[in-house]
Amino acid sequence: MQELIQQLVNGLSLGAIYALIALGYTMVYGIIKLINFAHGDVMMVGAFVGFFSITLLGTNIAVAMLIAMAVCALLGVIIEKVAYRPLRNSTRIASLITAIGVSLLLEYLTIFLLGPNQKIFPDTAFTVKAYDIAGLSILNKDVFVFVSAVGLMLVLQYIIKYTKTGKAMRAVSLDNEAAILMGISVDKTISTTFAIGSALAAAAGVMVGVYYGAINPLMGIIPGLKAFVAAVLGGIGIIPGAMVGGFVIGLLETLVSGYGNSLYRDAVSFGVLILILLVKPTGLFGKDTGEKV
Amino acid sequence: MLQIKDIDVYYGSIHALKKLYLEVEQGSIVTLIGANGAGKTTTLNTISGILRPRNGTIMYKGTDITKVAPEKIVGLGISQVAEGRRVFSTMTVVENLEMGGYLRRDKKAIQTDMEMVYSRFPRLQERRKQLAGTLSGGEQQMLAIGRALMAQPELMLMDEPSMGLAPLLVKEIFSIIKDINERGTTILLVEQNANMALSIAHKAFVIETGEIVLQGTAEQLLKSEDVKKAYLRC
Repeated sequence: MQELIQQLVNGLSLGAIYALIALGYTMVYGIIKLINFAHGDVMMVGAFVGFFSITLLGTNIAVAMLIAMAVCALLGVIIEKVAYRPLRNSTRIASLITAIGVSLLLEYLTIFLLGPNQKIFPDTAFTVKAYDIAGLSILNKDVFVFVSAVGLMLVLQYIIKYTKTGKAMRAVSLDNEAAILMGISVDKTISTTFAIGSALAAAAGVMVGVYYGAINPLMGIIPGLKAFVAAVLGGIGIIPGAMVGGFVIGLLETLVSGYGNSLYRDAVSFGVLILILLVKPTGLFGKDTGEKV
Repeated sequence: MLQIKDIDVYYGSIHALKKLYLEVEQGSIVTLIGANGAGKTTTLNTISGILRPRNGTIMYKGTDITKVAPEKIVGLGISQVAEGRRVFSTMTVVENLEMGGYLRRDKKAIQTDMEMVYSRFPRLQERRKQLAGTLSGGEQQMLAIGRALMAQPELMLMDEPSMGLAPLLVKEIFSIIKDINERGTTILLVEQNANMALSIAHKAFVIETGEIVLQGTAEQLLKSEDVKKAYLRC
């Protein structure tokens, strides 16, 4: 029992990271029906911005995270404007392929500029300590990741639920033509969505740096795909779904690593994707709406 | 107030509006009647800026709005109650109304207008915390009208407000439209229910496959044999 609780505690921080990334996927899908496959790579850029903020500017981890979020928010807006906006009225497959292109561009541009080797996340910025609480070993990095991720999700919930911008985002994702008729600028709203989603990914990137201790230019691929699985699991386009999906995948992975074989952990995550697509393609929180003609 | 001059609108290669003209005088109710697919919705969406005419001009209060972005057109005082109501289904009644006043910054006046909408539609006040998708068809139509009113429109474009509603509700909606007009809002009303539309309108235009084929005062059209034959059977 103790062992199980320990595993669940470990899984929470990983789940929080997946949830943060999954939110960006799901928000973008909700508003322009695009699976933004470059999203995991935005997270990677965030991790590197955080890294350089600590090593070059000497900031602490919190400031590094904020800088990474700001830079990636801008990056997300630029990606949308340059790569996706011109294709908004073309077929979905065209945008999807473009997203894969942007993903590869970010990965290999980073390799070109910084080299392919991994960089050790400086532990001066975050010294890992373990605490013993009620027989459980709790790492301060897990607490940091979990608390900041949940904090950001609460901020996001507040924005979406109570601010004018958040309401406009929901309106555009529900019916963009009706939203235009209210005087809502769809372009601006989509830009905002990319900014917010990318900022969350950047925060997740810095967390990954703290969590695994090392970052590299291809680090966004697997967590990106897993966050995508999390978004689909929760119901793509549904914000609470992405959060729940992220935690489920994180916990599942930790349990598989802890009790089975850590080599199977990716297989289990992607197995979940196959299963959900077979059994309930709309996801845990999705409703079957059927295509309207 | 609104003058449409010879606009041509295309969907791809389909010529949807052909040299369409239309005039709406300040303070009046003008109705555009015609069969399904004649181009009524297309006309409203072109005024709202969602569709762009290839030729022709749309003048509103003396300025050319033919190329103005749709979100700016709302700001100029033209709001549309779209066909099929188009309420934001998973947002509450209050949130829907707030979206109607999206471009406004005057918080106090927005609150006053919301009270005004509630006094006009008490049902909406009862249900203000409810999701719009859970409302009945009639309530959704009221919400759609209330939402458009929140923009403080001078000209309201209404697309088939009677669609899918029970006869009693249709009557209610039409008396509301008349009332909105009497309080100073100009209305361009698109309808298939020509009888009802002509009963409250001052002027009317008849559209057929993208062209205006007849126009006149509502009384003239109610008496016209052509209109009777084509649209007033019910």
